[in-house]
Amino acid sequence: MAEQTMVEGSMPAVAGAPRAPAAPLVGIAVIVLVLALVPTAAQALGNPFLIKIATRIVIFSIAAVALNLVLGFGNLVSLAHAGLFGIGGYVLGIAAAQVDGEVSTMLLPATGELAILLPLAMVIAGLAAAAMGVVALRTSGAYFIMITLAFNQMLYYVFVALQQFGGEDGLQITASLTLFGRSASARVPFYYGCVAALAVVLVAMQRLVGSRFGVVLRAAAQNERRLTAIGIPPLAYKLAAFALSGALAGLAGALLAASQDFISPSDMSWVRSGDLVVMCVLGGMAYVTGPVIGACAFLVLEFVLSGWSVHWQLAFGGFIIAVVVTLRGGLMDLLRMATPGGRAP
Amino acid sequence: MTAPLLQVQGLVKRFGGLIATNNLDLSVGHGETLALIGPNGAGKTSLIAQLQGDLAPNGGTITFDGRDITRAPAHRRARLGLARSFQISSVFPEFSLVGNVAVAVQARLGHSFRFFRDASRDRALTDPAREALDSVGLAGLERRAADVSHGERRQLELAMALAMRPRLLLLDEPMAGMGREDSARMMRLLEKLKASYAMLLVEHDMNAVFALADRVAVLVAGQTIATGTPGEVRNDAAVRAAYLGKR
Repeated sequence: MAEQTMVEGSMPAVAGAPRAPAAPLVGIAVIVLVLALVPTAAQALGNPFLIKIATRIVIFSIAAVALNLVLGFGNLVSLAHAGLFGIGGYVLGIAAAQVDGEVSTMLLPATGELAILLPLAMVIAGLAAAAMGVVALRTSGAYFIMITLAFNQMLYYVFVALQQFGGEDGLQITASLTLFGRSASARVPFYYGCVAALAVVLVAMQRLVGSRFGVVLRAAAQNERRLTAIGIPPLAYKLAAFALSGALAGLAGALLAASQDFISPSDMSWVRSGDLVVMCVLGGMAYVTGPVIGACAFLVLEFVLSGWSVHWQLAFGGFIIAVVVTLRGGLMDLLRMATPGGRAP
Repeated sequence: MTAPLLQVQGLVKRFGGLIATNNLDLSVGHGETLALIGPNGAGKTSLIAQLQGDLAPNGGTITFDGRDITRAPAHRRARLGLARSFQISSVFPEFSLVGNVAVAVQARLGHSFRFFRDASRDRALTDPAREALDSVGLAGLERRAADVSHGERRQLELAMALAMRPRLLLLDEPMAGMGREDSARMMRLLEKLKASYAMLLVEHDMNAVFALADRVAVLVAGQTIATGTPGEVRNDAAVRAAYLGKR
């Protein structure tokens, strides 16, 4: 009996542990539904600002879910994800800035069409992640963290130095963005688009971590030596996960740039990488949906607390410590305790 | 005479000034159980690690089924049929028992770049995994590996090795740290497996060694000082002096 409880309270989504396959998908459905109701609520409350902050939450959720693939399931603490996020943002920003002829590169198309730019941002961020991964994944632990941090800072300073793209001041996007030819600048439809993107990412991620690929990634996180002895070399799998994670971070970055018509190096500083890690830890790294909860809590608290006091980070830090010390599984643990069916074996 | 399954010739491994494996020759025939005995620090685990590919030797050759694998990476050797159980149990603690063995099945079924289908419900993985667990006598298969007893974790390791459909089992002290009852169960299990697999067995329990082994090799200071049937080795004067400590 005691053993049963331990199994139940431990890591979910464990390979070979059959659990109701619907449970995680229900969680995703609830999250998406709640997020989709925000515009209605904003209208009812007469507070359009809600949509702005919700857009930010959804976009950072995508980035945090992306990071959590390598952090929570691969046990790889990457501090390069703000850099990859920024690459996505700059791909979109630079391509759109070329429409007005403000800047020109040979490398990117001059277009404001999101159907081209979002996949392009993902491909380029994914390739950048793969290139970093080839170097960084040969190390582990503190060395891996330091190398990803160094890559992040290299990217940051590259964009600070690129004066034609605004340098430290950032790059304003003046061209109008479109999706399949129709304007994509209206706030509410854009928000729904972001929620749809998050929904697709969450479902895909849920499938991924339970697939053979996900099993190998999670096995490598636990015991790489054993995995090799069994006949699976982990590097290729970790590299693929890192590239995929980077591509999704790039998607989030491009969405952020599109949502605020602006991208700057401050969106890719290593502090932002740390924020993404905090979102994952806060929400619950063992769950696909955990980082969404973490991003919500992080950004809402940041907004509320910073309105109260300039020393808000003191209270914020205390909150993070309290959550991490008391809830091993992050805020997701609270949610699971609160829902009666949430703890079914 | 047919070529042996595993042939080790002139193997050398140095750790700085320390010689762990000193020009060692060894062979394991098809279907044979070779027990490797020797005092602590004789280089038994280093030898297993070199055979499995965890450690690179400084010299000599390792031939497995006619193929030179001296420089082959560990994962390739595993695919060729070399399965190792570690001296200190090495499993995936967060996975269930079935999940652990299913990873081994997955390794045998080719690459794992499959991104969509739920592996925990994939019977191509779970059926062979349950079969392997059944053959080592484990029950309660949904328990997490971290939550089972030491003896059960050793059985789990063996099940993982069997799920690889190995040609040679490299067993590094499979009964280490086990109680009397667990040891006896493991002993019966190994006796059963002996009929179907070639084994290289490192073990301190002399009763087990003499009962299981077709041949015994005695390793002292990185070299085999004697090889022969259990009876021959037991009566070998050099062995008695160097190892068994009897006069």
